[in-house]
Amino acid sequence: MSDIRPEAEAKHSATQKPPLDPHLKALENEAIHIFREVAAEFERPVMLYSIGKDSSVLLHLARKAFYPGRVPFPLLHVNTGWKFAEMIAFRDKIVKDYDLDLIEHINPRGAAENVTPFTHGSALYTDIMKTEALRQALDAGKFDAAFGGARRDEEASRAKERIYSFRTPDHRWDPRNQRPELWNIYNGMIRNGESVRAFPLSNWTEVDIWRYIQAEDIPIVPLYFAEKRPYVERDGMMILAEDPRLELLPGEVKQEGVIRFRTLGCFPLTGAIRSTATTLDDIIAELETATVSERQGRAIDRDQSGSMEKKKREGYF
Amino acid sequence: MTVSATATAEVFSLEETAPDHARAIRDSRPLRLITCGSVDDGKSTLIGRLLWDTKAVKEDQAATLERDSSGKQNDLGLPDFALLLDGLQAEREQGITIDVAYRYFSTDRRAFIVADTPGHEQYTRNMATGASTADLAVLLVDARVGILEQTRRHATIASLMGIRQFVLAVNKIDLTHYDRARFEQITHDFKEFALTLGVKQITAIPMSALKGENVVYDGRAAMPWYDGPTLVETLEKATTRSNQTVGFRLPVQRVSRPGESFRGYQGTVAGGSVKPGDSVVVLPSGMVANVTKIVTFDLVRNAAVAGDAITLVLDRQVDVARGDMIVAIDSQPMTGRGFDAQLVALQPDGIEPGKRYWLKSGSRRQRVSIEPVSQLDLKTAKWGAADRLGMNAIGKVHLTFDEQAIFDTYEQNRTTGAFILIDPDTNNTVAGGMITGRRSEIGGIHKDDQRVLLSLPADLAEKIMATELFANRRQDVDVRHTSAGRAAEILADLDD
Repeated sequence: MSDIRPEAEAKHSATQKPPLDPHLKALENEAIHIFREVAAEFERPVMLYSIGKDSSVLLHLARKAFYPGRVPFPLLHVNTGWKFAEMIAFRDKIVKDYDLDLIEHINPRGAAENVTPFTHGSALYTDIMKTEALRQALDAGKFDAAFGGARRDEEASRAKERIYSFRTPDHRWDPRNQRPELWNIYNGMIRNGESVRAFPLSNWTEVDIWRYIQAEDIPIVPLYFAEKRPYVERDGMMILAEDPRLELLPGEVKQEGVIRFRTLGCFPLTGAIRSTATTLDDIIAELETATVSERQGRAIDRDQSGSMEKKKREGYF
Repeated sequence: MTVSATATAEVFSLEETAPDHARAIRDSRPLRLITCGSVDDGKSTLIGRLLWDTKAVKEDQAATLERDSSGKQNDLGLPDFALLLDGLQAEREQGITIDVAYRYFSTDRRAFIVADTPGHEQYTRNMATGASTADLAVLLVDARVGILEQTRRHATIASLMGIRQFVLAVNKIDLTHYDRARFEQITHDFKEFALTLGVKQITAIPMSALKGENVVYDGRAAMPWYDGPTLVETLEKATTRSNQTVGFRLPVQRVSRPGESFRGYQGTVAGGSVKPGDSVVVLPSGMVANVTKIVTFDLVRNAAVAGDAITLVLDRQVDVARGDMIVAIDSQPMTGRGFDAQLVALQPDGIEPGKRYWLKSGSRRQRVSIEPVSQLDLKTAKWGAADRLGMNAIGKVHLTFDEQAIFDTYEQNRTTGAFILIDPDTNNTVAGGMITGRRSEIGGIHKDDQRVLLSLPADLAEKIMATELFANRRQDVDVRHTSAGRAAEILADLDD
């Protein structure tokens, strides 16, 4: 082997990790292949970055795919203004530590019309602050490919989605008319204005994500770990009661308990779970005996039957 | 019984059981399988049963399921499994499955990815899609009905797509009062048919997906005469396919040049293995070089094998671009402009003779014209002459390229022998194909010593090459692009 190594390489080999098991290695290889294929075939790719655990894994895989080069596309964070404060602090640190290009977009209509999850209801709020905002940001950047961290095991309509998911110029997904996707050969041919959403984590499950975070020592937002936190119970969910904008409704009381989050979104719409899992080992052990799915804590999935498919058709990720 | 162990493990402390589970999954790659069968053979019930008994369905999903089916349950008090799977609204409304869906479950031995494909004949293309990545096919038959034309059709497609391991799931055995003779007759019928496809590895299992017998848990109580494995036990023992035993192949996805001092070729190893010091050839240029380093994020590696996503560094400046293939010097793929292939037509317009399509294989995309030769009659399993291929047709074709193409046969390498066709008018994927061999560059009835060299403007050449007459004889023609000055030089040389 050569004695001459770039400086960055030496740094990595200094922290010798045990090799990944064949299961995670196969998933990692597939994701890296997809990242490289999209980066090579499209003019203006972007990576959707939501700061959650799946985004953290996605970002890690992107860094691996293009090493020793820089990640050759920007990250796009569609902010609603209602994310957990810890998420934003984490995002800013990651962007700085890893030398990334971040685009942050907040739908200007949200601020102008004061759209909040409290005043507009979760369905309309999500439509304006997430779906509409995402379309605005993708149009503004003229992005022809957008990486997302969606997994097929998350939700029924996602189980049918391709790894390259074709979108019309107005960002619509037509589930009945998807391009066949054979082997690992992806069809990236599009016309002007059309785009592709690419999902490198399609074949990962929630347990895979956590085991990979553990194996690769990937930093994640501390809200995933159990800690004593203030919360209120609302609509059967435990809502974190830290943000001064959260107004208690009649009958609600601020409580304290050891809780954590299985998924992270907008704090008023994301329910915590009771858990004492303070380490990755604890989280994985908890997951393997879990009896509810991770999206159970997400209000937006339950607005109506088939609601995720409907949102996706309209351009939600 | 592996899964019952997981189920009972919950009464013990998490610390004791979780590490066992985690270690078990590490032993192997996920097994990819495809389920196929005719419309009413109970496929959705089978997959629902697999997900249910391996605890892949969580309580809130089951609650949604019960809400959506408005309390509709099967006679065992379980929710309607089919609704769990048919995720799209159109499918729920019509009560059918219209697209490939991917499902995930695991036991404490292994993880599984299931391509759940539709049973209707008009969705054969979706079956081909699911089969393209599968290691194993589960073919469902209704024990009361036996082998149907659709069963044979699906077995044929699965075997054409390179699947060599089959499970024959003889379902609804409970409705035959667990008739052993019936099970053995169906097994015999299928094995006889499978031999004509060259498929030898078949595990036949009598089962009731509805009652959960021989799917995850054994059905010994109802079928004491069956002492073979359950479906899940069979899947746990199946092998994943690998291209490791063939020559080294690296289709180059991109060239990484982060700075002056580094130049690496990024791609996923599609065959064989590589280590520093190996001699390699870059195709199609034919340049030879030696491997100096295999770079990954974690460390500089001393070897890489099929499936690994790597960055390769060579010992000299050679011209390498996306779409090129870096291969072992002593075991090279075929190169040429004419190939034979089998393909599955995936779109309503079928495959038109002489039309110029985009062909994508690995990271390489090039123009090709297609000449259909014959078509497989799935009823009789015989090939008959054909000059065009309709939707869902499986055909043999000649491929003629404008420039050098690089392939292995699909038989030898399921990555470098596979391709898709893209219609340049719609950008849609219109066929999936498998290379069967190379054709001689100049062949057939047009053998002739007389050649003519023409030097023409590129735009005029494009027009001529787009004509049907030209396309039909494409394999007889050499085309090179060059500058006007160089062309003049070459012609001048000839005049001398």
